[in-house]
Amino acid sequence: MTTNSPSKVHITTTINGQQHELLVPGYMSLLDTLRELIGLTGTKEGCLDGNCGACTVSVDGRIVDSCLVLGAEVDGKEVDTVEGMASPDGLHPLQQAFLEEAALQCGICTPGFLVAAKGLLDNEPSPSEDRIRHWLAGNLCRCTGYDKIVRAVQKASS
Amino acid sequence: MVATFEPKTDYKVVGTRPIRHDGYDKVTGRAIYGGDMKLPGLIWGVMVRSPHAHATIKSIDTSAAEAMKGVFSVITGADMPKAPSKLVDLGEGNVNFKWASNKLMADTKVLYRGHPVAAVAAVDRYVAEEAARKVVVEYDVLPAITNVVDALKPDAPILLDDLVGDDLGEDVTNTNMAAHVRHEFGDVEGAMASATHTIEREYNMQMVHQGYIEPHNATALWDEEDRIKVWTSTQGSFPARTQIAGILQVDVSRVKVTPLEIGGGFGGKIPVYFEPIAALLSKKSQRPVKMVMERTAVFETTGPTPGARMIVKLGADSNGKLTAATADIWFEAGANPGAFIGPAAQCVYAPYEIPNTRIDGWDVLVNKPKVAPYRAPGSPQVAFAMESAVDELCEQAGWDSLQFRIDNASKEGTRRGDGVLFSKIGMQEVLEATKQTDHWNSPIGDAPEGKVRGRGIANGYWFNIGLKSSANLSVNSDGTVQLTEGSTDIGGSRTSMAMHVAEVLGLDAHDVRPVVGDTESVGFTDVTGGSRTTYATGYACWQAANNLVDVLKQRVAILWDVKAEDVDFKDGVFISNAESAKTISFKELAGKLEDLGGPANSTGAVDLESAGDGFGTHIADVEIDLATGKTDVIRYTAIQDVGTAIHPSYVEGQLQGGSVQGIGWALNEEYFMHEDGRMANSSFLDYRMPTSLDLPPIDTVLVEVPNPLHPYGVRGVGETPICPPIPAIANAINDATGKRLYSTPMNAGSIVESLK
Repeated sequence: MTTNSPSKVHITTTINGQQHELLVPGYMSLLDTLRELIGLTGTKEGCLDGNCGACTVSVDGRIVDSCLVLGAEVDGKEVDTVEGMASPDGLHPLQQAFLEEAALQCGICTPGFLVAAKGLLDNEPSPSEDRIRHWLAGNLCRCTGYDKIVRAVQKASS
Repeated sequence: MVATFEPKTDYKVVGTRPIRHDGYDKVTGRAIYGGDMKLPGLIWGVMVRSPHAHATIKSIDTSAAEAMKGVFSVITGADMPKAPSKLVDLGEGNVNFKWASNKLMADTKVLYRGHPVAAVAAVDRYVAEEAARKVVVEYDVLPAITNVVDALKPDAPILLDDLVGDDLGEDVTNTNMAAHVRHEFGDVEGAMASATHTIEREYNMQMVHQGYIEPHNATALWDEEDRIKVWTSTQGSFPARTQIAGILQVDVSRVKVTPLEIGGGFGGKIPVYFEPIAALLSKKSQRPVKMVMERTAVFETTGPTPGARMIVKLGADSNGKLTAATADIWFEAGANPGAFIGPAAQCVYAPYEIPNTRIDGWDVLVNKPKVAPYRAPGSPQVAFAMESAVDELCEQAGWDSLQFRIDNASKEGTRRGDGVLFSKIGMQEVLEATKQTDHWNSPIGDAPEGKVRGRGIANGYWFNIGLKSSANLSVNSDGTVQLTEGSTDIGGSRTSMAMHVAEVLGLDAHDVRPVVGDTESVGFTDVTGGSRTTYATGYACWQAANNLVDVLKQRVAILWDVKAEDVDFKDGVFISNAESAKTISFKELAGKLEDLGGPANSTGAVDLESAGDGFGTHIADVEIDLATGKTDVIRYTAIQDVGTAIHPSYVEGQLQGGSVQGIGWALNEEYFMHEDGRMANSSFLDYRMPTSLDLPPIDTVLVEVPNPLHPYGVRGVGETPICPPIPAIANAINDATGKRLYSTPMNAGSIVESLK
């Protein structure tokens, strides 16, 4: 990491498999770095204090609330967001399951839930319902009562 | 004359579960919500807010903020147009422009903590926030009123000096009471005196918030032609336009509202908060201005539903029939009038047939945020009181509480507490279905060591509304149909609208492409609220589709050289009555329209006075840790008359989501206020909404009693399900511990306290 102005930090980071070279203001969150500098607005702002999970992204395979991480901190790291989940072959099984199970109503929490659920299934392909409910407890949804979200994650697990 | 419809069952699209049209954008992160708005030259606006709940503003000095590099404009209350005192109906609640304006930006006094006193626009959010901190405001702090009892004391500090309260038709001044209404039928006192069983209890509830995950936001551009363009997350682009124009004192046609995707609302995104402010900042800056609210301000300055004090008295005869009821209801309005006492009066007795009833309701000002609709506004409060009292009455008299609810259930012809007579309703069917559920017929099971279990049931009711909706259709040459409708889509309604059209035209749901229009591309449409959207906008879509069939019959008549009256349409195929062998499918015809008169379009427009009432009953099983008081909901079933479910998955979703909001309200959620009117828990950490880990699966039973007022029998479903959970859980807690709680939240502390 090199500093080339008092307030901005030069970073190189991989976002959804694509390398980006950025000048990030030192105070800027990863959330704003994604949304304001890169234009990836799929990651949502809900509370800015790490309590709703709408801004969940994966950093080097670990899920984090991107509002609590500085953009400057992801220098040399791999960041994955909801925009990177689908492939040219189609939707990720979790995305497909969320559609089929009607696991979203307003959809503002959906990107965070998808990234968080992917973080679970990447490491535990067949979690129990309890495990899913425990893992997703950092993501708030106010519309669905979680029932259909849990069912969708169960459907997408092997 | 209101049109009525015979129930049908042979639907091809209605009742199926197609993937929602907007779903792909929403699972890939492409959907553009209000907070995602970007425009060339966009700058950011930030509010300067009062740290006090009640104070006089002595002075505001904006000079340091204005001098900051990167700042474009600063406004204060002095920049607000003087809106007249004028009451306008927004579908779910009214707005008075004078107070709505004052709520957005204080004039001489601040009335709730977080009340805006100035706003700053700057090059980005960070600079704007820094500039906002440089605005210096001097206050004379006044005592804050935080509950209805203090507000109505004779020596209480007065919030609004110019408020004229309406006390049963009499004007009152120097008061915090905005309104007192009464509904009385029969001989209440006589019936109560001769009742063999009576019960009278007081219930208290704190304010709670809608808790949508997306904060309020708005982007506005006031252009050189004095046209105001607004992009926002709103539950109604036309009602938002009405408010913006009223507050800014311009003609509605000067304002164009483009609704972006909306991240939850539950009623709380019917009022505007930022839109007029962003517009004024834009006018001064000559740039588009975007504002996104911080979560603390969402809690402190938007939303909540009224806190309540309620006294309910019931009388029943020796046969277990309700004979009399009274309800005295005091609701907190927040800092200006409008606390939903009207809806509370409509809802309180609705599940029951009671010959003699009285309701008194008071709309009371307190130094808290002005309340906004929250899912059946007013009804969950009175359901908590009424359904708790019903259970306690049954307990005292030794009656089975489900059988009591069946024996006293309201039905067609029953008079509601405000005098309205019910048409065809499904309360009895819902209760009978409740009796048949696996949940009701399964034992609750043994609690582990140190814990107890209990089961509770309760009814809930919302009257549902109709109002105005518009839809446009046009045929594509490939045989698909473009639908533009006016209801902002908060939970999958676009697909229900497309299904209404597809059913008429004999198409697949995905052959109809629905778009939510802006205020310049579709006709007037009321709020997405009141459980009206699928009912009323669906009706407009059905009407537009039928009008399209009429247009297309004319084209077929040209093709076959027959009269339009001789063309029939069934299951997606036009048939000639004159020569029965002749047929042409909708899709085939679409490809030929170019030579048959060109574009084929139609519109639908409705203004529906009544909507068909919604009733539900919920069953809750709880398990309570006797040492800690922690309550877990271990099984939950929501049973509701949904009329006809257009897309059952999203109907189930409404029942599940409403149930869980009610569970949160029952067990955890509250505005915890300091005496000086500061909210102590204004974050998602401290305002603890239910997480996936707190809940069991939410089972649903969709009872379908088709609503005769809608062509497919649709009944509004969204609001009723938040009403039964609070009393169902209160009744379950009482069943488990033998202790009844009369206040919300029924949290661990209050349960431990009750067990002492």
